[in-house]
Amino acid sequence: MSTAETSPVELVSSSQPHTARGLTADNGYVIEPPRTRSTKTPRVTRGNFEMWAWLFMRLSGVVLVVLVLGHLVIQLIIDGGVSKISFAFVAGRWASPFWQGWDLLMLWLAMLHGANGMRTVINDYAERDTTRFWLKTLLVTATVFIVLLGTLVIFTFDPNI
Amino acid sequence: MPAGTLYRGREGMWSWVAHRVTGVLIFFFLFAHVLDTALVRVSPEAYDSVIATYKNPIVNLMEYGLVAAILFHALNGLRVIAVDFWSKGTRYQRQMLWSVVGIWVVLMAGAFYPVLQHTLTTLFGK
Ligand code: HEM
Ligand code: HEM
Repeated sequence: MSTAETSPVELVSSSQPHTARGLTADNGYVIEPPRTRSTKTPRVTRGNFEMWAWLFMRLSGVVLVVLVLGHLVIQLIIDGGVSKISFAFVAGRWASPFWQGWDLLMLWLAMLHGANGMRTVINDYAERDTTRFWLKTLLVTATVFIVLLGTLVIFTFDPNI
Repeated sequence: MPAGTLYRGREGMWSWVAHRVTGVLIFFFLFAHVLDTALVRVSPEAYDSVIATYKNPIVNLMEYGLVAAILFHALNGLRVIAVDFWSKGTRYQRQMLWSVVGIWVVLMAGAFYPVLQHTLTTLFGK
C-alpha cells in the first residue's frame, strides 16, 4: 500500500531535493548536504533559466485555473451553453475592456505555459540533436504566431465589420 | 522477475502520464481555437459557420472530453504545486491524488447536462 512497505525512502519535494533528507531510517542526512553555501561560494552557481521556467509553470498554473475554468463556465454552461455563441455574442463580450483583458491574459499565459510544457516533452522524447532543434524551432514559430494573432484579433476587433 | 530493477510506477506515475497527455491535448486545442476565433476578423458569416461545427453533436461530445482533460490537468496541477510547496505535500500526495479523482468525478457529473444541453435539447426536444 504505502511507499514505506517497498522501500525506506521518503519522497522529497522537488523544491528541496538537495537535502538528501529521508534516505536513512531515522529520516536524517546520509552525508552533509554537499551544496551548503560557504562564504567562498559564488553568488550565482548556475544559469537560472530552468528555475524561472519551473516557477513560471506553477504561478501561471494557479492563475490559469481561474481564467480557463471561468472561460469554460461562461462559454459552455451559462445561457444555453454552446448554443448561444455567435459573432454577436463575441461582439457583446469584447465591448467590455474587462473581458478583453481576461482573454488577453489567458491567451498569453496559456500559450507560454503550454509552450514551455511542450518544450519539456520534446526534450524527453526527441533524442537526436537535430530533431530536437527543428521541433523546438517549429514550436517557437507556432507559439509566436498564435500569440501575436490572438493579440491582434482582440485589439482590432470591429463589431461593424 | 528481478526485483527492484523495474520502475514499477503506481498512481504517481499514471497521474504524471495523464497530466502530460492532457497538457499536450489542451495545447493543440488552443492552437486551433485561436485560429477559429480569428475568423471574427474575416466576417460574421465566416465566424458563425465555424462555430456551427462546435454545435454538432459529435463535436459537442468532444467538448465534454475537453472539459474532462482540463479539469484533470487543473486539479492535478494544483496537487503538483502542493507537493512542491507545502511542507507536508509529499506525505499526502497519494491522498491528494484520490481527492483530485473524487472532485473530478463530481464536477464531471455536474457538467454533463450543462455542457451537452445543446445536443440533448436538439435531439430530444426541451
Ligand atoms: C488550468 C490550470 C492549469 C494548471 C493548474 C496547470 C499546472 C501545471 C503544472 C504545475 C505543470 C508542471 C508539471 C511538472 O513540472 O511536473 C504543468 C505542465 C504542463 N501544462 Fe499545465 N496547467 C494548467 C493549464 C494548462 C493549459 C491551458 C495548457 C495548454 C495550453 C497546459 C499545458 C501543459 C503542458 C504541455 C505541460 C507539460 C507536461 C509535462 O511536462 O509532462 N496546462 N501544468
Ligand atoms: C469548447 C470550449 C470553448 C469554447 C466554446 C470557447 C469559446 C470562445 C469564444 C466564443 C471566444 C471569443 C471571445 C470571448 O467570448 O471571450 C473565445 C476566445 C478565447 N478562448 Fe475560448 N472557448 C473554449 C475553450 C477554451 C480553452 C480550453 C482555452 C484555453 C486553454 C480558451 C482560450 C481562449 C482564448 C485565449 C481566447 C481569446 C482568443 C483571441 O485572442 O483571439 N478557450 N473562446
